[in-house]
Amino acid sequence: MSNSQQSVVTDKNNGVAESILQVRNLHKRFDISGGFLDSLQFKAGKISRKREYVHAINGVNLEVYKGEALCVVGESGCGKSTVARTIMGLIKPSEGVISFKGQRIDNLSNSQMLPFRRKMQMIFQNPYASLNPRKTITETLEEPVKFHNPRFSAAQVKDKVAEVMLSVGVDPNWGVRFPHEFSGGQRQRISIARALTVEPEFIVADEPISALDVSIQAQVLNLMMDTQQERNLTYLFITHDLAVVEHFGTRVAVMYLGTVCELAATKTLFSTPKHPYTQALMSAIPRLDVKNTAHIKLTGEVPTPINLPGGCVFHGRCRHANERCKIQIPPLIVQNDGSQVACHAIEENRL
Amino acid sequence: MRDDIITTTKIPSLWRRFKDSYLWHSLKKDKVAFASFSVFILFVSVAILAPVLAPFDPYDPSSIDIMDSELPPVWQEDSEAKFLLGTDAQGRDLLSTILYGMRTSLLIGICAVLLQCFLGVVVGLSAGYFGGRIDSFLMRIADIQLSFSTLMVAIVVLAVFQASFGAELYSKLALFMLILVIGFAEWPQYARTVRASVLAEKHKEYVDAARIMGFNNSRIMLGHILPNTLSPLLVISTVQIANAIISEASLSFLGLGMPVSQPSLGSLISSGFEYIFSGSWWITAIPGLVLVVLVMVMNLLGDWLRDVLNPKLYKD
Repeated sequence: MSNSQQSVVTDKNNGVAESILQVRNLHKRFDISGGFLDSLQFKAGKISRKREYVHAINGVNLEVYKGEALCVVGESGCGKSTVARTIMGLIKPSEGVISFKGQRIDNLSNSQMLPFRRKMQMIFQNPYASLNPRKTITETLEEPVKFHNPRFSAAQVKDKVAEVMLSVGVDPNWGVRFPHEFSGGQRQRISIARALTVEPEFIVADEPISALDVSIQAQVLNLMMDTQQERNLTYLFITHDLAVVEHFGTRVAVMYLGTVCELAATKTLFSTPKHPYTQALMSAIPRLDVKNTAHIKLTGEVPTPINLPGGCVFHGRCRHANERCKIQIPPLIVQNDGSQVACHAIEENRL
Repeated sequence: MRDDIITTTKIPSLWRRFKDSYLWHSLKKDKVAFASFSVFILFVSVAILAPVLAPFDPYDPSSIDIMDSELPPVWQEDSEAKFLLGTDAQGRDLLSTILYGMRTSLLIGICAVLLQCFLGVVVGLSAGYFGGRIDSFLMRIADIQLSFSTLMVAIVVLAVFQASFGAELYSKLALFMLILVIGFAEWPQYARTVRASVLAEKHKEYVDAARIMGFNNSRIMLGHILPNTLSPLLVISTVQIANAIISEASLSFLGLGMPVSQPSLGSLISSGFEYIFSGSWWITAIPGLVLVVLVMVMNLLGDWLRDVLNPKLYKD
């Protein structure tokens, strides 16, 4: 696919940014055919075994550079969270390679994965479910510190936890309390604190603010941006809120039905969206300054990931689709302004 | 930096936390539960303190006089003041025998439930957490075990044991055998309850967070998931202890339980049964009453606990 055509992204210091995480040709299929007996089928006088899969991720290529915040956007069910969970090793990929700083991590055992656990952490969507209800905050935060630093004395552990709690704006005195005694925003701060206890370099945030009140969202977002600066973090930020992407993201990957259709720097994407799906997405943002904007109305529904359409996954709803789009899967191709777009129409200059 | 603040906070003691908790508060408010709890604590403490409280030692043959047999309780005629609740057919003081018998019954009940709980938690936790084939395999074993009734299994095992090793060895090992048999017969109850809770818990994000921290499976299972499945366990434990005591009493009544020399409540009831028509009703009735009250109190406590630990059932 587009492995050979890597775009060069320069960071603020005008040096070539170091790649921290690579995802190559990632596929994930979930078997939904049930038990052995459920999957048996009687057809044309023969008993055969029919297997059905949900194709959650279909050939995703991503590269995350050190110090950036790569936002992944897309509608519900497009595979954003599955990508995040696969990168973190919660789900084994069906195909493809994930490497962290050049080392392949998708095929490691739990114990081999241990050194990477300190470097990669995750923040979850639902702050009400992501903290163990039977553990006090101190217990929740001390456990990873003790586990990853077995030589720490009790005082060192305590200091570390207090330092992390202060940095996310949670009073260390509150550590004796249980999660249910906190509000959603405070719990999300504690979840961030838990991820920070092991001093990671890379954090995957799976819709960390979508379960929060709008007034709290900005606080948590700013906290995440501050910690990014202080601790030199890299984020893979999953969201479906385009306003957050504009505020937070260095680059944006737009996903549709398990594939990345456009990957570009945030400013480029918001000023000149190229892929027909991205264009429709951008035109759906309500604006106060412009009247009578031409909404691009997409017809139909997102196809089911069980019977994936052939060719470009978007061709059924695309106004620019032709015969080639129904047969051939478009690869991500680097454009003149550095963005990458997976669209035959762009490649053929039809759009 | 902020050491002064950090060191001043202390985790409140367990007793303090219990006294501040909703559990204690609702126990105080619910009269039935509070009465049951008091009676249960009373029974347990007199059972534990039986050697101190009992006026006679029913296990000591030298203190028993056959001439004292079948004396009625003090409020009836022909009674003797030193035997408060009368005596049984062998001349043992009934009060002392009941105290010691309750000790045996509770010991068997609690130990059998601990065994059930251990087996059930191990099986249920692994079945729920690992899922797939391990789950199917373990749960089919549980189904098979459940299809045999407890009493049937117990009768077969105990009768075979008694027949092959003789009554003398049996009377020495009766306590262990009863615990083992009752413990093994009812573990699927626990396994199913734990498995159901684990299935609900294991998809929550705190479990994913623990996996991402790199914790191993046993740490996640025991340290993170198990504490969150404790409330249903607590509820069925109260009912299961009562059930185990009943099972033991039934087996003793059938002659497969504790020997006459170390009676439990059940074997005491059974030994008095022959004399009930000759007028000595107290040998059966009084231990029977104690057994009924003990089991009822535990069931009431279980009902209360289930309501308290179920957040969907708000009562005022």
